[in-house]
Amino acid sequence: MIANGYLRADGRKGIRNVTAVIYLVECAHHVARRVVELAQDDDVHLLGFPGCYPNEYSLRMMKALATHPNVGGVVLVSLGCEGFNREALASNIEASGRPVRTVVIQQAGGTRSGIETALAAVKQVREEMIRAERRVPMHFSDLVVGTICGGSDGTSGIAANPAVGRAFDRLVDAGASCLFEETGEMIGCEGAMSTRAASPEVAEAIVASIHNAEKYYRAMGYGSFAPGNAEGGLSTLEEKSAGAYVKSGSRAINGVIRPAQQPDAPGLYLLDVVPDTAPKFGFPNISDNSEIVELMACGAHLTLFTTGRGSVVGSAIAPVIKITGNPETYALMSEDMDIDAGRVLEGKSTLDEVGDDIFNLVVSVASGALSKSESLGHREFVLTYKSIDAVGPACHPTRA
Amino acid sequence: MNTGNPIPVAAIVLHPADSVAVCRRNVAAGEALPLEGELVVARADVALGHKIARCFIPLGAVVVKYGIAIGSATKDIHPGDWVHLHNLKSNYISSHVRDSEEQTT
Repeated sequence: MIANGYLRADGRKGIRNVTAVIYLVECAHHVARRVVELAQDDDVHLLGFPGCYPNEYSLRMMKALATHPNVGGVVLVSLGCEGFNREALASNIEASGRPVRTVVIQQAGGTRSGIETALAAVKQVREEMIRAERRVPMHFSDLVVGTICGGSDGTSGIAANPAVGRAFDRLVDAGASCLFEETGEMIGCEGAMSTRAASPEVAEAIVASIHNAEKYYRAMGYGSFAPGNAEGGLSTLEEKSAGAYVKSGSRAINGVIRPAQQPDAPGLYLLDVVPDTAPKFGFPNISDNSEIVELMACGAHLTLFTTGRGSVVGSAIAPVIKITGNPETYALMSEDMDIDAGRVLEGKSTLDEVGDDIFNLVVSVASGALSKSESLGHREFVLTYKSIDAVGPACHPTRA
Repeated sequence: MNTGNPIPVAAIVLHPADSVAVCRRNVAAGEALPLEGELVVARADVALGHKIARCFIPLGAVVVKYGIAIGSATKDIHPGDWVHLHNLKSNYISSHVRDSEEQTT
């Protein structure tokens, strides 16, 4: 079972107790980064949004991230004249029962005094977090797990991704919530996926989200199938898509959610990240970490990251577990890789055995053990502009 | 090589409903591969990561991998055949390759 979690006022439970230092515009980035460096505490993490102009999506995302179950308290660092609605964010965090301080650099007297004020605020917030700390038993029904892939190669679709699918099946059966995404890389799977829908409404939402992704990527002039894919043995777009889709396992799909929407009931969910509008602000997600950030905003306590070529990234707030299906990558980058799914290709293990290893590691990391990227100090975070409705054709059941 | 020896298995069947298996290593024409209890003889060289047919797939039938239709056969495919761009086409968007050996849809 999972070790005790950190109970939050909304009833959710965290697997970490992070103090988030959040800069609200790039102009406040240096002050916030120095505060995190000077705090010399692995549980003080840096988050931020670089833009000056307000954006409904980034405010919604920051509200969800600052009240993520792994976050216990927050210090906001503002320059003072940026467009970000810091008052709305601060009152939202306060309403969640978390300690929060806002430091405005222009009011504090500049860089040096801004750093001093914010560092003192971090110390106060951490003291309040320790006083308020409540550890309670955590069950699978309290746990949310996301998955993505990055730096994929020919082994991803046959070793690491199906092994994660096996782990997802075990997690869903145990009562956890599991989130998968990348609708733009699942074109061709909508038929198979909709047969797994828990209701006709969910089936309709799945098909609509994939058709929308197809339309959006076509308008962007971006196609997913590259010549290297055929050289590696992939023949069609839908075959490549199926390789990404198998991360979702085989259980019923309970619903379709949008970024910063948290599922109310356990089960398996598709996270739809593609806007309904014509392309605006560029790609739906600019890098793997922006996908991880959206999974976190939907409540993911940790992320299962499959890779072939060997990604090294981790994340602020929520641990990342790295799974590679490529034996050479594992040999070369074993310090960064948590799970060697390449054993399946070498005939040393079955997919079920690797799936069990992933499941057991999820329990151990949720119980406090550090993943490899965490212990190496990876705390990446990226949030950029986006235009997406809070609720699109999405639908999800509520807890009975 | 590993002909007749079931360990290590040269190709893997990802889903029970699949009509193709995926090679874990380069397989030579003539090699007998045990696939989930049945012996399939490779009719061509098949490279690591490429697909080999487990059963007869008639022209026009869907090819199944991961339990999912990944396209349609453009000619009759026999057990042991290499399955790729020359006998399989997408039911969505044609696949473009570097030497413009494009599939017809």
